Amino acid sequence: MADRPVKQPKGYSVRTLPGFAVLALFTFFALYAPITILVAYSFNAGTSLAIWEGFSLRWYYQAAANEAVQDAAIRSLYLAFSAATIATIAATMAALATTRTRHFPGKTMIYALINQPLMVPEIVTAVALLIVFAAVKVWTGHTSMIYLIAAHTAFCVPFAYLPIRARLETMDTSLEAAAQDLYASPWMTFRRVTLPLMWPGIVAGLMLAFVISLDDVVITEFVKSAGQDTLPTYMLGQLRRVVTPEVNAISTVILVAGAILVTLFFRLTSRRG
Amino acid sequence: MDATTNTQDSTTDAIAVEVDHVSKIFRGEQEVRALDDVSVGIRKNEFFTLLGPSGCGKTTLLRLIAGFEPPTMGAIRLGGRDISRLPPNQRPVNTVFQNYALFPHMSVAQNIAFGLEMLGKPKAEVQKTVDEMLRLVRMEELKNRRTGEISGGQQQRVALARALAPHPEVLLLDEPLSALDLKLRKDMQIELKRLQSETGITFIFVTHDQEEALTMSDRIAVMSAGKILQVGPPRDIYERPAERFVANFIGESNFLDATLAGGKATLAAGGTFDVHVPEGVRDGKVSVLVRPEHATVHAGEAGEREIAGTVENVVYSGEATVVHLRLATGEAMKARLSNAPQGGEAAPETGSAAAVTIAPGAVTVLRD
Ligand SMILES: Nc1ncnc2c1ncn2[C@@H]1O[C@H](COP(=O)(O)OP(=O)(O)OP(=O)(O)O)[C@@H](O)[C@H]1O
Ligand SMILES: [Mg+2]
Repeated sequence: MADRPVKQPKGYSVRTLPGFAVLALFTFFALYAPITILVAYSFNAGTSLAIWEGFSLRWYYQAAANEAVQDAAIRSLYLAFSAATIATIAATMAALATTRTRHFPGKTMIYALINQPLMVPEIVTAVALLIVFAAVKVWTGHTSMIYLIAAHTAFCVPFAYLPIRARLETMDTSLEAAAQDLYASPWMTFRRVTLPLMWPGIVAGLMLAFVISLDDVVITEFVKSAGQDTLPTYMLGQLRRVVTPEVNAISTVILVAGAILVTLFFRLTSRRG
Repeated sequence: MDATTNTQDSTTDAIAVEVDHVSKIFRGEQEVRALDDVSVGIRKNEFFTLLGPSGCGKTTLLRLIAGFEPPTMGAIRLGGRDISRLPPNQRPVNTVFQNYALFPHMSVAQNIAFGLEMLGKPKAEVQKTVDEMLRLVRMEELKNRRTGEISGGQQQRVALARALAPHPEVLLLDEPLSALDLKLRKDMQIELKRLQSETGITFIFVTHDQEEALTMSDRIAVMSAGKILQVGPPRDIYERPAERFVANFIGESNFLDATLAGGKATLAAGGTFDVHVPEGVRDGKVSVLVRPEHATVHAGEAGEREIAGTVENVVYSGEATVVHLRLATGEAMKARLSNAPQGGEAAPETGSAAAVTIAPGAVTVLRD
């Protein structure tokens, strides 16, 4: 390296812009410092969120023993699993319909419609769902989890759709042509070639949808009936009363679960063929 | 190989694929006439090549025969049966794709077995055929590898084995060698010929490499702008091209003015030659073709049956020397001389007067 004969010309680098590095550092600090503090204080031995009194796992034990937390955690998982699964199935079909068909009128509009929930402010969706579901609840007298599952499914679809579509678009369509050429019926082509090859996209979509559902507050808060707290809405409720590091402990667990899923998601989506 | 006397072996001349007045029009923002009233019959057990420049419709014709696109007009028949509207999975035709299109989630052996499995062949038979195919393309050792873990030439052979395994009536190959380097390409050319004669399957081969077409084919169809200009054995295509485009596309050419009368052509530059006259050409002014290697040059004045010219340029290229001349008529002409060992007869010098001799039978009348 030292005796390289010709000096490589320096490419354009934003590092030469004044203040760029400082701003970058500050941004990282602003993003991660609060989270670091939150995680640190989940291990606090004392009750305070401000004074460090030594390391302990007491808040984790307490949260785990809290029946309300258990209840909310199970509901969260159940909800995220149901909604993500249904959303992924719908998104898979939508992705196939928008990438594996000849051009049909309205294709672009369908694409826009699928992604629209990403653009609508969450609070608007929440209020709209509240109004509709309130009417339905009064009318039918039915107040099961079905409303939450339906609502979560609706906003999870575009998140599941994007990685699946991306996968299908990078897949070589001549593979499917080759399968047909080798006597595979359309169904066999799908089962033996398209599906196995798009599988990483489907799993990625499922995980993304799962994480999105797991940490939703706004829509859940508006749609839930009495006694249907999920972990995030439970924590929101707690914050209105006494705040203990128990909330930090629950947050840390959600954070770790989310981080694992998102890491797997990136692994899956960056792997090719 | 006389068709009329060959009554015993009727398969030799039986038509495998008949393309009957086929046109293909792509309607997008602009209409593209990718195939324009194409008719051709491809014989059984034939190595048939579609040759033409980029965008002339070679891939489109293959895709129509394979069934990936329907023809806009016309019909495609396989062994006399109209297959124009059958989906690809119901046609006994297999394709070797330009990018191979091997299934990345399957092993080499699983790739080769795919077609047989889809046809519902019993397991034992699938196994047996796969082993046979692996042996045929010399890939036994790598049968359990993933297709991403083998070299380009090996992928090429797997693609071939996969397409041959179901023993199709016709094998379509779309520029299968274009991704390979020169050495591998020469080896694969020989391998392909061997596979074709061993399996007895009709091959329809696409290339835009004229040398590849000439060395491998039983017959060649030269295409341009969606039309087939000429079909014939390599020797006919090279020595008796019917049109200027065909002559130009294959090999080096001299185009000279001449007058045709009663099967003889008299060059404007001098000399009268017995010629082959393609259909539809009448007596009168014509263009003729002389291949540079069918002309010789010596320094000095032109004698009888020779054409006088001036040497403009002499280019040495190893095995041959190309002499560029200007004839008395102002026409340009090239002659390609094989090089003798050093000390042998030297080519004439630039600027000197020279005489050109054209070999008998080397003058071909062109349609345009
Ligand atoms: N799906 C399509 N839609 C519109 N036009 C097309 C389509 N497929 C091919 N064409 C056009 O049809 C013409 C013939 O294309 P084709 O792919 O058959 O050429 P080719 O001879 O195989 O060329 P190459 O040697 O470059 O592969 C081209 O002008 C091409 O742009
Ligand atoms: Mg092509």
